[in-house]
Parts: sequence; C-alpha cells; structure tokens
Amino acid sequence: MLKLHYNLEKISMGLVGAIIVVASVGGIVEIAPLFTIEETVEIPDDLRPYTPLELAGREIYMREGCYACHSQMIRSLADEIDRYGPYSLAAESAYDHPMLWGSKRTGPDLARLGGKYSDDWHVAHLMDPREVIPVSIMPAYPWLTRSLDRRLLAPGLATLARLGVPYDDAMIENAEADALAQSQPDSDGAAAVQERYGEDVAVRAFDGDPARLTEMDAVVAYLQSLGTLTDAAHARLAEGTR
Amino acid sequence: MTTDPKALPGADPHTGNREIDPVTGYDTTGHEWGGIKELNTPFPRIALIALGLTFAYAVVAWILLPAWPLGRDYTRGLLDLDQGEVAVAGYRELSGMREGWLSRFDAPDFAALEQDADLMAAAMPAAHRLFRDNCAVCHGMTGGGGPGFPVLSDGYWLWGGAPADIAETLSVGINSEHPDTRYGEMPAFDWLERADRTALAEYVAGLPGGGADPESPAGLLFEENCAACHGEGGEGGLLNGAPSLTDDSVIYGQDAATVEQTLRHGRMGVMPQWSDRLSAAEINLLALHVARLSSGAEEAAP
Amino acid sequence: MIATLTLRERRIGLGLSILLAVIGLGMAALARQGPMAIHGAMALVLGLGLVFLIGGALYDHPEQGRERLARYYDAPTRLGIIMALFWGVIGMGVGVWVAALMYWPEATPLWPATSFGRLRPVHTSGVIFGFGGNALIATSFYVLQRTSRARLADSVSPWFVLIGYNLFCLWAASGYLMGSTQSKEYAEPEWYADIWLVVVWLTYFALYIRTLARRAEPHIYVANWYYMAFILVVAMLHIVNNLALPVSWTEAESFPVWSGVQDAMIQWWYGHNAVAFLLTAGFLGMLYYFLPVRAQRPIWSYRLSILSFWGIVFFYMWAGSHHLHYTALPYWVQTLGMTFSVMLLVPSWASAGNALATLNGAWHKVRDDATLRFMFVAAVFYGLSTFEGSFMAIRPVNSLSHYTDWTVGHVHSGTLGWVAMIVFGAIYTLVPKLSGRDGMAWPQAVEWHFWLAVAGTLVYVVSLWNAGITQGLMWRAYDENGSLSYSFIESVEAMRPYYAARTLGGALFLAGLVICVLNCRATMRAAGSRADSADRPLAAHPAE
Ligand code: HEC
Ligand code: HEC
Ligand code: HEC
Ligand code: HEM
Ligand code: HEM
Ligand SMILES: [Ca+2]
Ligand SMILES: [Ca+2]
Ligand SMILES: [Cu+2]
Repeated sequence: MLKLHYNLEKISMGLVGAIIVVASVGGIVEIAPLFTIEETVEIPDDLRPYTPLELAGREIYMREGCYACHSQMIRSLADEIDRYGPYSLAAESAYDHPMLWGSKRTGPDLARLGGKYSDDWHVAHLMDPREVIPVSIMPAYPWLTRSLDRRLLAPGLATLARLGVPYDDAMIENAEADALAQSQPDSDGAAAVQERYGEDVAVRAFDGDPARLTEMDAVVAYLQSLGTLTDAAHARLAEGTR
Repeated sequence: MTTDPKALPGADPHTGNREIDPVTGYDTTGHEWGGIKELNTPFPRIALIALGLTFAYAVVAWILLPAWPLGRDYTRGLLDLDQGEVAVAGYRELSGMREGWLSRFDAPDFAALEQDADLMAAAMPAAHRLFRDNCAVCHGMTGGGGPGFPVLSDGYWLWGGAPADIAETLSVGINSEHPDTRYGEMPAFDWLERADRTALAEYVAGLPGGGADPESPAGLLFEENCAACHGEGGEGGLLNGAPSLTDDSVIYGQDAATVEQTLRHGRMGVMPQWSDRLSAAEINLLALHVARLSSGAEEAAP
Repeated sequence: MIATLTLRERRIGLGLSILLAVIGLGMAALARQGPMAIHGAMALVLGLGLVFLIGGALYDHPEQGRERLARYYDAPTRLGIIMALFWGVIGMGVGVWVAALMYWPEATPLWPATSFGRLRPVHTSGVIFGFGGNALIATSFYVLQRTSRARLADSVSPWFVLIGYNLFCLWAASGYLMGSTQSKEYAEPEWYADIWLVVVWLTYFALYIRTLARRAEPHIYVANWYYMAFILVVAMLHIVNNLALPVSWTEAESFPVWSGVQDAMIQWWYGHNAVAFLLTAGFLGMLYYFLPVRAQRPIWSYRLSILSFWGIVFFYMWAGSHHLHYTALPYWVQTLGMTFSVMLLVPSWASAGNALATLNGAWHKVRDDATLRFMFVAAVFYGLSTFEGSFMAIRPVNSLSHYTDWTVGHVHSGTLGWVAMIVFGAIYTLVPKLSGRDGMAWPQAVEWHFWLAVAGTLVYVVSLWNAGITQGLMWRAYDENGSLSYSFIESVEAMRPYYAARTLGGALFLAGLVICVLNCRATMRAAGSRADSADRPLAAHPAE
C-alpha cells in the first residue's frame, strides 16, 4: 500500500484520477437510489402544485431569507409531532424546486402553518412582529406592501412544468390572471382558480385589500398553503404504520 | 521502487542511513520541499485501533439498522426500525401519560373539573403551553389582547364566557373556514353621509364615559342602524358577535378616528378554527383556562 | 501587476478585459433590469477599469526578460491576501451586525437590503468564499511554487482566477442584497454566477496541474494533495448542486432541477463537503505548509499523512446526510451518514495529531511566537470541532442539536477557531516574506490579535453551546404529566443573554482582524521600493 502510494504521489494526473474516484463513491451510493426506491419517488394522489400566487410568495420567502430562521421539516420525533403536527413526508415536497427544509429554528417550524392563523394576523405580524409579539426577534417586512411583479409567473410555471411539476397549458397561460384572481374572491376568475388548482385553494383578499395585488398577498397566500397541499402526512400519522 | 537503501532519496550513499531527526529519533523520508521534510514515523498504533473501533461500530450499526441501498430496496437491519413508527410510538406513549387526566376533559363537566385540585395541577401547565404556542400570538401571553384581537381576561365576551361557549368558539372559530363557524360581521356604513359617520363616531367614542346623548341626531342614527346588533344603549351582550360599546373592552379602538375607520370599512375579525389542530379534550382544557383568565384564577400565569 | 507581465501577456490581459466588458455589456443589455442587469453593469465597469489600467500602462514598463522565469511569481498571492482581508472585514463585520440584530431586531433599518435574511448569506458567503476562498487561492499559488520549485505555469491565468473569483464573490454578495438567491445554503448565487465560477475554477485547475507538471521534485507534497482535492471536489459539488433551469436566459431567476428529498440530499452532500473540501481540505493544505515552515520542524509522520488524506477524501463524502437526521430523508441514508461521520473522526484527528506532533521540539517557539501559536490553536480547534461534529452526527445527539444554536456554535468553533486562525498564521508568515522583510511591521500587534481572536472565539462558542443546549432541552422538555413544558416563544426569550454574549465575542474577533489588516498594510507599505523583492529565485537544487 505504502509503496503504491509512494508511486502514485509522483503522477499528478494519477492523483487527480484517484481523488475523483475515491470522492465519488459516497455520493453515488447515497444519492442514486433516492431516484429509484419507492419511498422517495412516490407522489400522493391528492398532492397539488402551488398556485401562481403561492409560488410568487415562495419566491419572496426565499428572497427575504425566511428559510434562514424557519424550518419546514417536522422531524420524526415525538415532541415535534406534539408541538407541530404530523411529521413531514418526503412526498410533501416532491414539487419543491428547491426544497426549503431549512437548517435552523430561530423561529418556529412552518411546515403545518396553513390555516393556523388569520390573514390579518399574518399581515400585522409581517408588518411589525413586535406589534403582535412583544418579545419577537423577527425582522419587520413593511416593504411587502408594494405591488407584486407578475412578469415571471408564466415562464416560471413553464420552467417547473419542464422539470416535472404537473402544470398544464391552461395553468401556464393563465398564471398572471390566476394570481390576481386568487386575491379577489368576488372576481370572475376566482372560480377558475379553484377549478384549476382544487376546491381547497384559499381565494381571499389576503392583504385585506382586493383592489391591489401586493407582495403581501403572495407571501400570506404561500404561508396559508403550507402543509395543506396534501393530506398524506395526517393520514400517515393516523395510520401510524409504514 | 528500489530496495537498495543506499539509493533511497536522502540516504547517505555510503551507509544507506537517512537523516535522523534528533528530537524524535525517527528517520526522514529523504524528500524536501522548499525546506519542509517529513519523518518516516510508522503509523501510530492508536490510529489503527481507533479506525478498527469506529469501523466495528459502523458495522454493528449497519447490521442493526437500515443501511445499504440495493437498487429498489435497502437492507432493513435486524431491528427492522422505521423512524416514523418509532416517533409515533413515542408520541403515543406521551399521549398515554396524558390520557389519565386529559381524557377527563373529553366530555366536560367544567364545574366538577375545576373542583379537582389534582387534576387542575396536572392540566393547567399544559393549558398554558397550548395557549402560548397557539393563541398568544393574537391574544397575548396572558390573554391581554392586541390590536384587532380581543382581550380574553376582562370578563367581557362576544360569544359568551361560559367554558362550554368558549369551547364552541374555539372549535368552529369566528368567521373562519369551518362550515359551522360563528359568524359576526360589522357591516361597512360607507353609504352613510360622511358627516353622519363622523357624528356617530363621536357618539360611540363618548358612550363609555356617559357623554353620549341618545336624543341627539347621532343618538338617533345609532338607534336606527346599530342598536339591532349592539343593543339599545350599545351595551352589547347579544351573543351575535357585536361587542359592547359602553365599557373599556375594545378590539380595534374606541377613539373617534378608529371608530370612523370601523364604520367606513366594516370589520370582520377572523378567529381560526381549532377542531382540526387540537383534540376535543385540549379545546375543553383551553376553554377552561380562558374562562379562568378573567375570573382572576389565572392572573399570575407562570 | 502590469509591470510583472511581458508585453504579450499585457496584450492578452487587455483582450480578456475587453471580453469581460463585452460580456458585462451583453448581460446588462439583454437583461435590461433586475439583478442580472446590475451584475452585467458591474462586470462592464470592472472590465473597463482593467482595460484602462492595462491599456494605459501597456508600454510604461520595461519588457520582462526570460530571467523572470527563474523566479517565483508572488504578485497574485499579494492581491489574494488583500482580497481575503477585504472580504474578511466585510464578512465578519456583517456577521457581528447580524448577531446584533438577533438581540436587537428593532435596529434593522427599514430598507430591504439590510434585513437579516438577506445579510446572513452575505456573511456566510463573505467569510467562506471571500475570506476563506481568497486565502486558499493566494496561499495555494505560493505553496504550489515553493513545494514544486517551479514558477506558476503562466502569468495571466493567476490574475484571471483571482479577478474572476472576486467578481463571483461580488455578484454573490450584491445579489443577496437585491434578493437574488437560489436559497441553497452556501450555493445561493444564481445560475449565471454559478456558470462563471465553473469557468474560473477550470482555469484554476488547469493552472494548478500545469504548474505541478513542471515541478522539480518528483514527489508531490501533501499540501498539494489537499489543495488539489479542494479544487477537484469543489468543482464536482458545485456543478451537481447548482444544476438549474433559468426562467429565461435574460433573467436572474431559476429553478434547481432537483426537488424535495433528492434536492435535500444533494444540497447537504454539497453543503457538508463544502465544509470538508473548502473549509477543511484546503486549509489542511495551508497547515501542511506553513506550520512546518514556521516551526522549522519536519512533518511528524508521512504515513499518517497518507492515512488522513485518503480517509478524509473517502469518508467525508458519505457524511452529508447527518444534516438530515430524522427528516423525510430515508433512515438508511441517515445511518450511512452517521456511521461514516464517526469513522471520519479518525483521519481528522490523525491530521490534527500529526500537526501537533510536528510541534514537538518547537514548543518554545509556540510560546514565544504568536504566529506559530495561531497555527497551534488552529490545530487544536480543528481537533475539537471535528470531534464535536462526529458527536453531533450521532442521531440521538443530533435530535437535540439540530435546528439549534449548538450547530452555529459548532460552525464557529470550526470557522473561527480553525479556519480563521490558520489563515492568520499563514498571513503573518507570508506578508513579511512578500514584502521582503523579516517580520511584521508591528510584532506586538500580532500578540494582541492572537488574544483577541482566542477570547472572541471562546466567548462566541461557549455562549452558543449554552444557547443551543438550552434551546434543544426546552423544545423537548416534558413535565411529569406528559405535557410539553415550554412554548416556542419562551425558548426565543431564553436566548437573549447568549445572543448578547455572542455579539460581544464576535466583536472581539473582528477587532483582532482589524488590527491584522492595519498591521498588514503597514508591513506592505514598509516594503516600499523593494516591491519586486517578493520574486525570489528558484532554489538551485537539481531535480532528482
Ligand atoms: C431573525 C430571524 C427571523 C427571520 C429572518 C424571519 N423570522 Fe419569522 N419568526 C422568527 C421568530 C423568532 C418567530 C417567533 C416569534 C414570532 O412569532 O414573531 C417567528 C415567527 C414567525 C411566524 C409565526 C409562526 C408561528 O407558528 O407562530 C411566521 C408565520 C413567520 N415567522 C414567517 C416569517 C416569514 C414569512 C419570514 C420572511 C419574510 C420570516 N418569518 C423571517 C424569526 C424570524
Ligand atoms: C389569528 C389570530 C387568533 C388566534 C391564533 C387565536 N385567536 Fe381567538 N380570536 C381572534 C379574533 C380576531 C377574535 C375575535 C373575532 C371577532 O372579532 O369577532 C377571537 C376571539 C376569541 C374568543 C372569543 C372571545 C369572546 O369575547 O367571545 C375566544 C374565547 C378566543 N378567541 C380564544 C382563543 C384561543 C383559546 C386561542 C388558541 C387556541 C385563540 N383564540 C387563537 C384571533 C385569534
Ligand atoms: C350586523 C350587525 C352589526 C351592526 C348593524 C353594527 N355592528 Fe358594530 N360590530 C358588529 C360586530 C360583529 C362587531 C365585531 C367585529 C369584529 O370583531 O371583527 C362590531 C364592532 C364594532 C366596533 C368595534 C368595537 C371595538 O371594540 O373596537 C364598533 C366601534 C362598532 N361596531 C360600532 C358600530 C356602529 C356605530 C354601528 C352603527 C352605525 C354598528 N356598529 C352597527 C356588528 C354590527
Ligand atoms: C466576527 C466573527 C463572526 C461573527 C460575529 C459571526 C456571526 C454569525 C451569525 C450571527 C450567524 C447566524 C447564526 C444564525 O442564523 O443563528 C453566523 C452564521 C454562520 N457563520 Fe459566522 N460569524 C463570524 C465569523 C465567521 C467566520 C470567520 C466564518 C467562516 C469562515 C463564519 C461562518 C459562518 C457560517 C458557515 C454560518 C452559517 C451557520 C449555519 O447555517 O448553521 N462565521 N455567523
Ligand atoms: C469530523 C468532522 C466534522 C463532522 C462529522 C461534522 C458534523 C457536523 C454536524 C453533525 C453538523 C450539524 C448538522 C445539523 O444538525 O444541521 C454540522 C454542521 C456544520 N459544520 Fe460540521 N462537522 C465536522 C467538522 C466541521 C468543521 C471542521 C467545520 C468548519 C470549519 C464545520 C462546519 C460546519 C458548518 C458550517 C455546519 C452548519 C451547516 C448548516 O446547517 O448550515 N464542520 N457538522
Ligand atoms: Ca390585495
Ligand atoms: Ca447557486
Ligand atoms: Cu456536515
């Protein structure tokens, strides 16, 4: 062995080749099977993709770096089930490009946040967290009241469709209109949104003002969708088995 | 590689000995890079032992636990563990510990429950935690309310303050997505003349202090438009979600400016439903806790 | 820079600068708005600046003769050190600021770019890539030449690598401020910056391998094994983790091709090995050169070097899944991550032990020489943080530590105690050499810096261990009746004293760095007219 090495360390390309080979094994063994083993490729029947408005909110969530403080991954631990709800399943983030599981909980986990609080509360909290929670250390996001840029929604949906997220042509075509309609419950487009994305999709004036489509509408719509895209995790917990 | 020691790099061509490091007594490898040399110190035993030990640990883990992928499956390990199952088992065990006292809240006879000091000692810390993780963001840590969110500790109620009423409020929410939600809307009076709204707002702002004259034009406006929900004198308590306007229990603010806002745009505060997030027993437990907030029993929350 | 190049090289440099300006103009023109346009404009300005700099001095300096080929080429190293210090101050300055914001959130100005979530990646990228990366590139050039007894293979590509790399860092940091991010930790920059880094990195690799090919010593020294592993594996990780489809070729926004659980695994295969091959392998290369040089001692065991090198290269790549314990990543991958992390401790400690044993016979120097003491402390913290890491990688331990400030404490015991300390040791060895002096301008300031750095690290790390363990215990504490004891917000409140202490520790550390910067500036200035003295003649040993 030593002798082998003694010679190897004289050949620079040999060393390069050896490093590449030795360093590749781990990744290949651990990653490749994730694309074949059932457990990580199955997709629940009821899983829906984000609506355009929720997707826009997700991009803002990333832009503002909320993932730096909030996880969206309830671990398989008794206390986490107790505090946050059913533990997260791989399938729940199957359409998430990228996943936002997070690595730090400066603030609480948000994986089951949808429906927990009201839209008004979210708006008040994002405008100034310390107004509603005096000891909060979360930053304020008052600039979310500016209007939402919808330019990239249709190409965004199209890109995701190419990556395998089930957006059909109608969804891509109507992305901009659907984003607006989801924030205007009394508009003509509202029903179309629910037709395309499902009855359970929340159609509300998320920021309280149906007249304007703001970034706040998008973020709140996204937050209210967390954990509501499929019922698989609740079903699994009730079942309690694999 | 040559085996002749005299031909080794750095070796003395006569003796074949390499340079010996005086501090450690080991010979060098004979190479030099910009002044750096290396000793030919053999593998320390301890490194090999440590490698062996950690490898043994790994092998044991691989045998016992799920570990190696096999195409479309993986080795399950002798223990055949599934982390979800383990977690659920742990969760059930904890739920089991609570079962003893928490199940008594399933079908609540609140008066009896409250008499049981042992039960309350076990239950109230849990209620506090539940309240703080779920309710405090809106109603404050001790039920003190917040802007747009009612105070729960002052004894004034929109939908009734008996524990059973509160439990119902918690289950279905107010203006929530629940099909049986409690529904209370303060309509927008944007169709009123602006001057009338201003007058009304001042009238309402004066109600708590007794400075409002029911015979005034504004008083008449109030009787026509508002009394149906808020009561003749604005005393509320009709269990339709409309608050009293005569006391200092306020949700949004009872200064003239805020009231004018309320009148212009209307209000429809949302209290989420909790029936799909908390168990019936937990809801009853919280209801009892909330009811006690105003009775003074819970004043000094730990 | 320009004086050291031949006329032909100056012309090539000019051509490359024009190309950069054109690329920048093209990006700005095509994107028209948003981060990509601003980044195009930055490249344009940089390109034009270089055009004027090189073009204006094209004929000002005497032509370089062949005799320069007999000397080492250290001018790029000097720029690399300056850039490392520059990013160090920015990155750690922002670190102290975001640490303060966690204690004092009201201080956030109501301006999106200064919000915590946008500044945090400026900190992480600023210190890891800006400070750490530049220090690695700079020292790798220096070490590569000394240990190969050969001049860099050419004189243009080192500048291309350094300038191109710093453009990447600038795009990264300014992109986050504008809200442009892929959100993948430590790989946040958008697709075009990622592609640009690939170009820079391949040039770096080519330069490295070409120089190595010219070496006068048949054996490749251990430091170069590590630097090479750093270059190669970072390229692999970077390319796979950053694969993404842009929403349009004229927009900064993109979607990673990976999703969900596969994305998580690839992200942390990347994230963990960015730690391994950037923050560890690269700096081990640095340690393997500067420690024996400063201590004037031979490396304690060549055989142990072999064991630790290949152990690190092999084991590390399996360990990424310890970032995903108990998550939706399947259990079997977690078991592999856990077991390999534990085995990884052996090669890690083997390198730390090898470094410490090398100091045998030089302990009096450790006592007297603050520079060597930096390297000694670095080796100790390297041992500590890898032990801690292997411990935290055990699933039940991780169930407590994950998501908490314990992780952040571990991170900074590694980055402050190991990475930054070894960089300081290298800088204090290098800067006098590059300036043709025997020592730093203010030797006493090195001593001050050392104690500030040690104190800052200890305060930081100890307070966050406490913070993290408190947090972890509060989240899972149950009373005897089976109810959770604490709400989440109570754990947030409990962090206040620790966050305050951490800010203080960070400020101490930053103060030390500022002293270092001033000291380096004074030392480089004092070199004055002997600017060229850094190009030392190649040692005249014949190749074997
Ligand atoms: C500096 C860290 C930090 C950042 C950045 C941050 N948060 Fe928070 N967040 C917190 C903390 C701490 C809490 C708990 C206190 C509170 O509720 O304000 C919290 C609470 C929340 C909650 C309430 C969760 C619950 O279940 O009670 C939501 C929703 C939320 N944050 C959303 C966001 C969004 C959206 C962003 C980005 C736009 C964001 N946060 C950025 C720290 C942060
Ligand atoms: C998203 C904010 C929010 C959260 C979280 C919330 N509430 Fe409420 N709650 C409200 C609002 C708003 C109202 C008043 C609705 C209205 O204006 O008609 C209310 C009303 C109530 C009432 C009725 C008060 C009355 O006078 O009849 C009770 C009781 C109550 N909440 C208890 C709770 C409890 C217990 C929890 C936690 C399990 C909780 N709330 C969580 C917003 C919230
Ligand atoms: C259809 C029933 C209804 C009518 C009519 C009505 N209100 Fe209300 N009012 C409500 C309800 C329900 C609320 C509570 C809304 C909430 O909490 O979101 C409320 C809330 C208010 C509040 C806010 C109280 C606080 O604590 O901040 C004011 C002030 C008020 N009403 C005044 C009036 C006046 C003045 C009129 C007549 C012009 C009027 N209301 C007519 C149902 C009514
Ligand atoms: C002045 C010294 C420093 C201070 C005050 C500081 C402060 C911080 C703060 C406040 C965070 C965010 C923690 C959180 O979100 O909870 C952080 C994260 C981080 N810092 Fe530093 N830092 C310093 C130096 C460094 C250095 C020198 C490096 C690397 C070479 C570094 C690497 C990191 C990394 C990798 C993270 C992310 C940790 C994670 O995601 O878990 N830091 N730092
Ligand atoms: C044997 C070596 C090491 C092992 C096994 C190891 C293991 C770990 C573990 C288990 C975590 C926590 C993951 C989590 O729960 O989220 C972690 C995080 C981290 N470690 Fe290490 N560690 C090692 C060495 C180091 C060193 C030397 C450094 C720095 C120089 C370092 C930097 C980091 C960083 C930056 C993170 C945070 C990643 C994030 O969440 O953003 N580690 N490491
Ligand atoms: Ca709106
Ligand atoms: Ca990237
Ligand atoms: Cu790791």
